[in-house]
Formats: sequence, structure tokens, C-alpha cells
Amino acid sequence: MASVFLKIDSLTKNFGSFTALRDISLEVFEGEFVCFLGPSGCGKTTLLRAIAGLDIQTQGRVEQAGQDISVLPPSERDFGIVFQSYALFPNLSVNKNVAYGLESRRSKREEVDQRVSELLALVDLADQGKKYPSQLSGGQQQRVALARALATSPGLLLLDEPLSALDAKVRAHLRQEIKRLQKRLAVTTIMVTHDQEEALTMADRIVVMNHGVIEQIGTPEQIYATPASAFVAEFIGTMNFVSALATGSGTFTHAGGSLDVSADGLKESGQVRLAIRPEDIYLSQGTDTPRLNQVVGEVTAAEYLGAFVRISLAPEGWESTLQVDASTDRAAALGIKVGAPAYVELPPEKILVYPEAV
Amino acid sequence: MAVTPSSLSATVRPLKPKASADDHVMRLFILMIGLYLVIALALPLYAMFSKSVFDSEGAFVGLSNYLEYFRTPALVYSIQNSLFIGVITTVITVSVAFVLAYGFTRSRMPGKPIFKTITMIPILMPSLLPGIALIYLFGRQGVVKWMLFGHDVYGPIGIIISEVFFTLPHALIIIVTALSIADARLYEAATALRAGPVRIFFTVTLPGVRYGLISAAFVVFTLAVTDFGAPKVIGGSFNVLATDIYKQVIGQQNFQMGAVVSVVLLIPAALAFFVDRLVQKKQVALLSARAVALEPKPNKRFDMIMMVYAIIVSIFILGILGMCQFAALFKFFPYNLSLSLKNYQFDLMDGGGWDSYFNSIEMATYAAVFGTIIVFYGAYLVEKGKGLGVIRGAFQFLAMLPMAVPGLVLGLAYIFFFNAPSNPLNVLYHTMTILVISTIVHFYTVAHLTASTALKQMDAQFESVAASLKQPFYRTFLRVTVPVCTPAILDISIYLFVNAMTTVSAVVFLYSPHTTLASVAVLNMDDAGDIAPAAAMGMMIFYTAAGVKILHYLLSRGIEARTQAWRISSAN
Repeated sequence: MASVFLKIDSLTKNFGSFTALRDISLEVFEGEFVCFLGPSGCGKTTLLRAIAGLDIQTQGRVEQAGQDISVLPPSERDFGIVFQSYALFPNLSVNKNVAYGLESRRSKREEVDQRVSELLALVDLADQGKKYPSQLSGGQQQRVALARALATSPGLLLLDEPLSALDAKVRAHLRQEIKRLQKRLAVTTIMVTHDQEEALTMADRIVVMNHGVIEQIGTPEQIYATPASAFVAEFIGTMNFVSALATGSGTFTHAGGSLDVSADGLKESGQVRLAIRPEDIYLSQGTDTPRLNQVVGEVTAAEYLGAFVRISLAPEGWESTLQVDASTDRAAALGIKVGAPAYVELPPEKILVYPEAV
Repeated sequence: MAVTPSSLSATVRPLKPKASADDHVMRLFILMIGLYLVIALALPLYAMFSKSVFDSEGAFVGLSNYLEYFRTPALVYSIQNSLFIGVITTVITVSVAFVLAYGFTRSRMPGKPIFKTITMIPILMPSLLPGIALIYLFGRQGVVKWMLFGHDVYGPIGIIISEVFFTLPHALIIIVTALSIADARLYEAATALRAGPVRIFFTVTLPGVRYGLISAAFVVFTLAVTDFGAPKVIGGSFNVLATDIYKQVIGQQNFQMGAVVSVVLLIPAALAFFVDRLVQKKQVALLSARAVALEPKPNKRFDMIMMVYAIIVSIFILGILGMCQFAALFKFFPYNLSLSLKNYQFDLMDGGGWDSYFNSIEMATYAAVFGTIIVFYGAYLVEKGKGLGVIRGAFQFLAMLPMAVPGLVLGLAYIFFFNAPSNPLNVLYHTMTILVISTIVHFYTVAHLTASTALKQMDAQFESVAASLKQPFYRTFLRVTVPVCTPAILDISIYLFVNAMTTVSAVVFLYSPHTTLASVAVLNMDDAGDIAPAAAMGMMIFYTAAGVKILHYLLSRGIEARTQAWRISSAN
């Protein structure tokens, strides 16, 4: 296990009477890629700015490489930063932008030039050095910003929604490129994003935030498969929810009937929310002898999404429709069409249980 | 009060961020420029307010000066007169400017650039000059005196014509801006809904520019009420507040009463200023919406009507300008109309001679150079500095304040503050330095707003990036901020130079025999009856200001060409 590089301890940030961050504690390991993920206004950018020293927290401690940096100004910290707006100096060429942090460090001209071309090669822009930022595409500009941030070999790389201003294709490409670069340089990286796909594909660990608190910290697999709260379950991917009442021994009744849930780790009682992902629901052949957790309902919509079909099911008595993913072939084989009934099974081990929101 | 957990945690002291070396330097500088504004603006104004509640012996008399003022009918009449001039000028100027601005933005009249240039001419002239032209045009021996049908140009008529001339470009700039942010999609939607042109005008056009119109009205009103040049030259026995201050101070040496009138004059100006600020905020909200620019479609008849209108306004402006020039060149109006340069022999007249012209150039150059540095750097520190929140707020207030202070009031306040024997700064009195200091402060607000706007348009993260790269702030300031803001910096310096050349109101109380200025010379020569030389000197000011403007235009073009590579599309 790598050592702890960045340690955040009981960090709170108030803006007047508004609490943007409440008692945040977090550890980031050396060389790790961590994503702060959450809806806008959840405090993820505020946390990043506190780590950078751009907006210092009201309370709490930040430690980087064993040193207490809680109250230090940005210029006395060790980080590189890339913003959504790129923030490239418009009047300086790409070369000069990348060299900006190198020049005054008493380094020789040739060394600076050498380092700049090295960095530009690293981000695949070796021949663009003489251009001005406005002459480059958005994706290229963002790579220049990345090269500039990495030029001084900072211990920590901060990325503030770096891909949000780009269009989908460039975004997907740059996602891989940043990840590859990060692995290669092994620089500890924190990225803020509201895009779950970005977080799931890039991060070693994801910090899911909401309303100024951390909802869950975990690997992408953990976050997706075992969301720690209903919020995380709803925010990441698609999730079906059913309000239900625990009746003991793993059985829950709800408006449309009852469902059995594997007792594994079951703690909740009383009013709960049951959750299951569309791809975990099994589209089955209809039988008259009801199987465990079998549900029948009319198909109200079937969205063709290429490899699979997303089916909306309206079981009788249920408070909302059920989303079910099935491979295109299987849906065709079972003759799924809008208006006709369909049978599904909800495997007990795939059903998650959350306390009813108050 | 019950102790809740939240109020408990509020008692825990928040972390105190450590200030970087940059922060300390920036704080030092903002305190220095702030100190300048305190000494050159706040303290003099305070001195003036306190003077208004003391008698000539220096004893505190409360409001008795004010009571005396309101018991003197001649003085109180001036309030009425000033308001009358202000309201009539506002109505005429805003109407004239609106139609013209409409033509500039919504028609495809030929010759637009020429008309736009002509309508900006009044900005380059001291406000005394149109009055002189009017004397030649409509005075006792005026060349087109018949046009007034026997009315006397000396008095409200002359003042109002002068003020309309003088305020037109100011109103025009604001209304053109308001009209040009119109969203073409609104017009398309209205047309698609089958609204006729009249209905579109009242439901789309007018509501879109209402803030611009209000803003223009207040700017014009303030300028007209506080202007001193026009009523001085052509007001005759029609007294207004601005001339009262001058008469009380220069004529009767009654400083207390001058202070009282100044305070009275501050009221409408300050009121107009605050309403304008309020309206401006709403205008900004309108601006930020993404709009599709409106391209006027050709319409022969409408375009012709608009062009004829623009020609009429241009004749008015060029007529006054031309009359000034001829007034300066006629040998002895109206008896000998042959042309000569004898009126340019300023050294033979009172008013300081050619020296005053060169003093003006010197003063305007200093004001432009130092003013631009102070204003731009001050705005930068307010926008980008960290900490000292209260002081930055106070700074912002002081930077906005000069807009609400008429020049005469500022000048008088300077007499009270800098001429006080107990003030160690009184060594500045009667020097070039005090002229420069007062001029920079007098025109501080517009310059400051120009700088702030340019700085706000820059990416707010530049400083964060620079700090993360461990670069000192001044390096980013010099290598990025200043080059990116060069157009705004040029605008500020030209604005300060032109206004320093043309202004007469603040400096009229502050010049000395060694530091006479061209604009003051115009005033004094006119006062002494040397109207033709006054016109000649006024035209010298105009040519200088116009020359500098042309230089500015060429310089801007050059910079634009040189920086085109990075300025293009850097907005998106």
C-alpha cells in the first residue's frame, strides 16, 4: 500500500451562514487518481480550492507530504492546476505558456526549451508550440494547460472539471490521455467532476459528495455495485426504487405486492426503499406458477439503445415504472413490444435496502 | 438566548490564512492608492462640508449659512433655473440622440462612420466654446440672429442650445450601446407573430433600451446642471447654481456661501448618480444574455430619412464648430470679415498667453500618464487583491464618488483643504501638481469603470494559475494583464488627456499665474471681452484633442493588427 500523500482532517468551510463543507476527512495516497464527484453545489470545487489554498477553509487541517499546509497561500504549496476554462494566457504562445512556471527559476534557456518540447511531446502537441491558444481547438488548449501545470513537476495535480467545456468525442479521447499520462508520471491527482462516466472510467477511487458532506469513498466498482446510500445509488447509473415496509425475515411489502431480499447484512427495519439496477433484473419467460420475486406488467416503452433495450414496465399497483435492461436478442426472442405484458424476476441478492429518506 | 450547537461552533475562531509576500505588497499598494483618494477626494469634501457650517471668522454656526442661503431669493432662484435647464436639456438631448442612435443601429444609411465621427466632436471641446459660437451666430450682431425671432440668445435659450450640443455625444454613446445589444431573435419572433413595425417598436425596441434611456437621461441631466462653461459665457443675467458658486467665491470672496451652494449642487448630482448606478446594474443583466446581433435590412425610404436627419444634426454640430473657427479668424467681427491669425497672438492678451496652452498640454500629459497608472493599478488591486475586504469596499466607493461631485465643487473643496495654513500639504497649492491631482480625481470614475470592465472580462483563474506556478503577481500583471488590457489602458489615457485639456470647472479655482491653463484662458479672455481670441484658444484645445484622438485611433489600429493573432476568437 502506498503512503498517505494528502490528508484532510475535519475540514469545514462556511460562506457567511452557509456551510459549503461540513467536517470533511479524507486521505489520498501517493500516485493515486481520486475524483470528487457530485451534483453542482455539492462542495466538490470548494474542497479542491481549499486544497489549493485558493479559498482557505474555515476550520480543519490539510496535510501534504507530511507538512501542515492548512493556512499557506497557493504560492507556498506544491501543486499544478488545470481549470475548465483552461486559463491559458491569450497573449503568450503555447511555448511561453508552458514555460511560464519554469523561466524565473534561474534555469538556463536551453533547459527551459528542452523541458517545454518534452512536455509538448508528452501531450502530443510537439509541433504547435509557436501558435497562440486561440488558434488551437478546445481539446488542444486543455492539453496545453495540462502541460503547463505539469511543467514544474508538482507533487499534486488538481483538475477542476477539465473536460466539461469540450464536446463528447474530444472528451472521451482526452479522458484516456489524461489517465495514461497520470499513470506514467505517477503524480497524485485530484479531479473534480459532475460526470459519473468520467469518474468511473478515470478514478482509482471516487469521493461522492452531496450537500457539503462525503456520501461514500470507494473504487468505481464499490461505488457502482454497493452504493452506501440511496443518494449514491441514484446519482451513479440508473436505479429503480420502491418504497416498502419490512415485515421481518427478509420480506418487504409494498404497494404492488411483496419482495424477498437476501438477509445478507440486512439491518434496516420499518419503512425502507428497495433499489435494483435495470441490468440486474432478469427478463423471463412468463409462467403461471409465480417464481420468487416475479413481477408482471405492461410494457409502456421500449428504448432501443443498440446492444440492449431499456424496457419500461408498469406492474399493477406499483407506484412507479420499473426500468429493465435486456439484450436486444433476448427482448426479441421474448417478443417484447409496447402494450404487451412482460415477466421479470428481481434476484433477492441484487436488491439493495436503504432507509426511507426523512 | 438559547445556546445552539451552531452558535457554539461560531465561537470557534476561523482559520486565519497566511498572507503571501504578494499579498503584503498588494495590500501596501492598495493602501497607498486608497490614501491618495482619501487625501485628494474625501478630506477636501469633508473640509467643504464643515466650511458650510462655519462663519467667516471660523465660528461654528450650524445651519445658519443654509438658512441665509434660502432667505436670499436671488440665490434660491438659481435652483429653479438649474433644474429648468437640466430638465429641458435632458428632454431635447435624449430625444435627438435616440432618433440618431436608432438611425445608427437600425438603418443602413450611407455615410454612417462620418456621421458617427461628427457627432463625437463636442467631446473634444471645452463647454465654453459652443457658447462663444452662439454669440457669433445669434448674438446682438449674430449672423443668423433672425432664427431666434427676436429672442435673446443670452439666457436660457443660449444655455440650453450649448448644453444640448455639449451633452449629445454622451447620450449618444449610451443609447447606441443599449440599441446595439438588441437580440435579433426577438424581432424574428415578433415578426413571426405578425406584429407590425409600430407594435414591434413599442413592445420590443423601447423596452429593450429603457435602461439605456434612463441612464442617458441622468447623465445628461447631471452634466447640464453641473456645467459651468455654457452659463458663464452665454447665461447673461440668468443665474444657475454653477455660476453662483463661481460668483460667490471669485466675485465676492464669500467662501462659506460658496460651500453652501456647492452642497446644494451636490444633491441633484449625487441623486442622479445613485439612480444611474441602480439602473446600470439591471442593464448589465440584460447584456449578459446570449443574443444574436441584429442586422438592419435595407429600406431605401427609411435609410434616406435617417440620413437626412443625421445631416441636420451634423450641420448643427459643424455649424457651431465652424463658427468658432471663423470667430477665431475674423479680423474684427462683424465689421472686417477678412481672415487673419492675429487672434492667435495670445501673448498680447490677458489669460496667460501661449504659456497657458503649453501648461495645458503638460498638465494633460501628466494626468494621462500618472492617472492611467494609478487608475488601472488601483482597479487591478480591487479586482484581484485578497483580504482587506473592508478597505477594498471603501476604495470602490471612493472610486465611484467623483462621478457625483461636480468639478466646481471639487475645486472649491480643494481650496478649503489645501489652502488651509494648518495643512502641511498646502505647499501643493498653486502648483502644477495640484492641477494634475485634482484632474485625475475629477475624472476617476469613468476611467476606473473602464479598467474594471476590462479586468472583469479576463479569466479569473489567471492569478490562481500563476500562484500555483509560483510566479510573483507583478510578473503576471506585466506579462499578461497589461498586454491583454492594452486597448482599455489606451482608452483611459486618452479619456484623461482629452478631459484634462477641455475641463475648466475644477481647475478654475486652482490655477496660479504660473500655471494658467488654456481652458481657463478661454474663460478669462471671454470675461475680458476678448471673445475672438477666446474662440481661437478654444479651437487650439479642440485641434489638440482631435489630434490626440486621431493618434489614438491609429495606435489602436496598429496594436489590433499586431495582436490579431491572439485576439481573434479569444472570446470563445
